[in-house]
Amino acid sequence: CSATQDAELKSTIDKVVNSEKVVLFMKGNKDFPQCGFSNTVVQILKSLNVPFQTFDILENNVLRQGLKEYSSWPTFPQLYIDGEFFGGCDITLEAYQNGDLQECLEKAMCS
Amino acid sequence: MGVSKEDVEGILTSAMKPTHLQVVDTSGGCGASFEIEIVSEQFEGKKLLERHRMVNAALAEQMKEIHALSIKKAVTPSKWNPIPKVQEE
Repeated sequence: CSATQDAELKSTIDKVVNSEKVVLFMKGNKDFPQCGFSNTVVQILKSLNVPFQTFDILENNVLRQGLKEYSSWPTFPQLYIDGEFFGGCDITLEAYQNGDLQECLEKAMCS
Repeated sequence: MGVSKEDVEGILTSAMKPTHLQVVDTSGGCGASFEIEIVSEQFEGKKLLERHRMVNAALAEQMKEIHALSIKKAVTPSKWNPIPKVQEE
């Protein structure tokens, strides 16, 4: 039944967002972003020299829909740091410009 | 049926009671892509992520049709300082 499937999907997403310190769900991959917003976040993360894992939501519609509910966030990219939803492109960009992102990443890397 | 700039403005105005609101249609007219600047008392004491969530929540119904929503600014009136033009000496 669908409730069981939802619970399974949630636990799968839990595992995925905790699989690395920095996880980005995006359109395309880090070498070939398929959208400007996704590209912006990839470029920010690359410039900060942090290791990060990306998942292409264009290749998995179940994951794509599941993530929207998981984070209550309607759009992509979605950045997760230390298993927590950090934000989309605008939030990541603003946090990068005011130093909050660097601080958050440093904390995550040391934890 | 698409979403118009006026729809977005109307919904945000009634939901957020903004003191400043600027909605730019960046879709070239098809109504699927917007840029938003919003200043509201309701953002008081809220973190950036929460402020963005409030805007997303207000537009939840429209988000089904909107492909790209860029929230450039979501701040309180006290934080709203449009950067003054630097004067050349």
